[in-house]
Amino acid sequence: MVRDVTLGQFYPGNSFIHRLDPRSKILLLIGYLVIIFCTFNYLSLSLVTIFTLFYILISGVSPKIYLKSLKVIIVIVLITSVLNLFYGTGEPIWQWGIISITMNGINRAVFVTIRIVCLILASSCLTFTTSPTDLTDAIESLLKPIAKIHFPVHEVAMMMTLALRFVPTLLEETDKIMQAQKARGADMDSGNIVTRVKAFIPILIPLFVSAFRRAYDVATAMECRCYHGGAGRTRMKVLHMTKRDAAAFAVVALMISGVIVCNMMFPAVM
Amino acid sequence: MSKILELRDLSYVYGMKTPFEKKAVDKVTLSIEKGEFIGIIGHTGSGKSTLVQMLNGLIRPTGGQVLLDGTDIWEKPKEIRKIRFRVGMVFQYPEYQLFDETVYKDISFGPKNMGKSGDELDFAVRKAAEFAGLKDELLNKSPFDLSGGEKRRAAIAGVIAMDPEVLILDEPTAGLDPMGRELLLSQIMQYHRERKNTVLLVSHSMEDIARVADRIIVMNNSKLEMFETTKKVFSHGRELEKIGLRVPQITRIMSILKDKGYDVDDGSLNVGDALMQITALLKKEGKIW
Repeated sequence: MVRDVTLGQFYPGNSFIHRLDPRSKILLLIGYLVIIFCTFNYLSLSLVTIFTLFYILISGVSPKIYLKSLKVIIVIVLITSVLNLFYGTGEPIWQWGIISITMNGINRAVFVTIRIVCLILASSCLTFTTSPTDLTDAIESLLKPIAKIHFPVHEVAMMMTLALRFVPTLLEETDKIMQAQKARGADMDSGNIVTRVKAFIPILIPLFVSAFRRAYDVATAMECRCYHGGAGRTRMKVLHMTKRDAAAFAVVALMISGVIVCNMMFPAVM
Repeated sequence: MSKILELRDLSYVYGMKTPFEKKAVDKVTLSIEKGEFIGIIGHTGSGKSTLVQMLNGLIRPTGGQVLLDGTDIWEKPKEIRKIRFRVGMVFQYPEYQLFDETVYKDISFGPKNMGKSGDELDFAVRKAAEFAGLKDELLNKSPFDLSGGEKRRAAIAGVIAMDPEVLILDEPTAGLDPMGRELLLSQIMQYHRERKNTVLLVSHSMEDIARVADRIIVMNNSKLEMFETTKKVFSHGRELEKIGLRVPQITRIMSILKDKGYDVDDGSLNVGDALMQITALLKKEGKIW
């Protein structure tokens, strides 16, 4: 069902990670994502994994929910790891015709799997613990420098906020329209690809109509409150960096240096 | 009379086996006779919408059975579409489901899915439009050019056109002006009278329900609270108020009069009936002649 989408959902809470400044969370995530791909031996890889498990535990969001977010990408992980398994170089340890598995291939498969899993977990941690509005506020704040070259940072951020806000609404709407057309005998589960695509017309048209209607409503409501773009706008909630953020930066810096040290001390397997 | 719908221990749980598990309908058992006009009331979130969506197989019950004319509707899950043609469902704000180029084409969506064509299809569409009170000239217009009330009618016609044995309407009058409400309600009553089909009406307006329903299903906290004749249900004013519902205004006035010691029927459902009782009472006491 369309409602089962967990990717990108916000779970309110009051954990250490929830209370971090969203800007630091984004910056830390970027740093973390880079370092995931700079792990070259098992020691640094396990360091990153341990760190990932650590912040999942302190994020205050149930690990079950993280597992659910992994379910979505399990196919991608399987395909990439299986492909990597057969693309290794070096001495084959198992061979059948042209298919061969090497130690290097196994290493690659393991690395790619753990890297993708960590990547998804880390990004999920950001979206699970940060409300969409905070997220766009942070992006707006981080992108402020390029407003100088006349890039409409505020408008883009506002568009993102609005778009995110309407995701659940439109999902609900889709569900309702599907039910209504099914009640009139619409058949969306059988037939060939052409009939199936055609079967979606009775859902897409009402959905578009209602999306436009809602867009007009929102635009009117914003105008009624004298919204006229970003110029001269102040915020109710001003973002603040605190000692907490400094601590988070320190921890991530420690991990990054740990990974670098591990990479230098021990031979690379990748 | 014979039973058209029979519910046995019907239950539905949202989000089975997740932390968000929530009972929406809990062991409802009842049966509805052919040709009855049933009202369904209950405060928001009492499970009435979930209940009616199970009646035509839009959602599959997590427990219990729905029997239509004696057979379980989920006996052959592959043929659940056939059940949906026999039990028509008009959702809340049905005008948002209109999609086709003309009103005519939109109404024919349902019967076409049933496999009707040619004269048979044309007859079904025109008959349904007539029942819903849509004028002929509207049929060739785009549904998006109609007024709010006309859109609602067109959407209802789209379900009636399948000629369902049971018609379920979920708050068909919500958001209409008093005139529109009145018109739509009398059209539904006329449809019921002429086709002799079973109609289920979900509504928050006790006045509407009192006017049309033979019997009333009262839902409370996902359970069946009462299933009695309209008169009987509305004579339980206090119980209804406890679960966040009320009785029609006129019924309330009569029950207050009864509490004050006057000899009136506290199950009176319409103003005319109440007026007769009150004038009779006044005459008896010699206040008017």
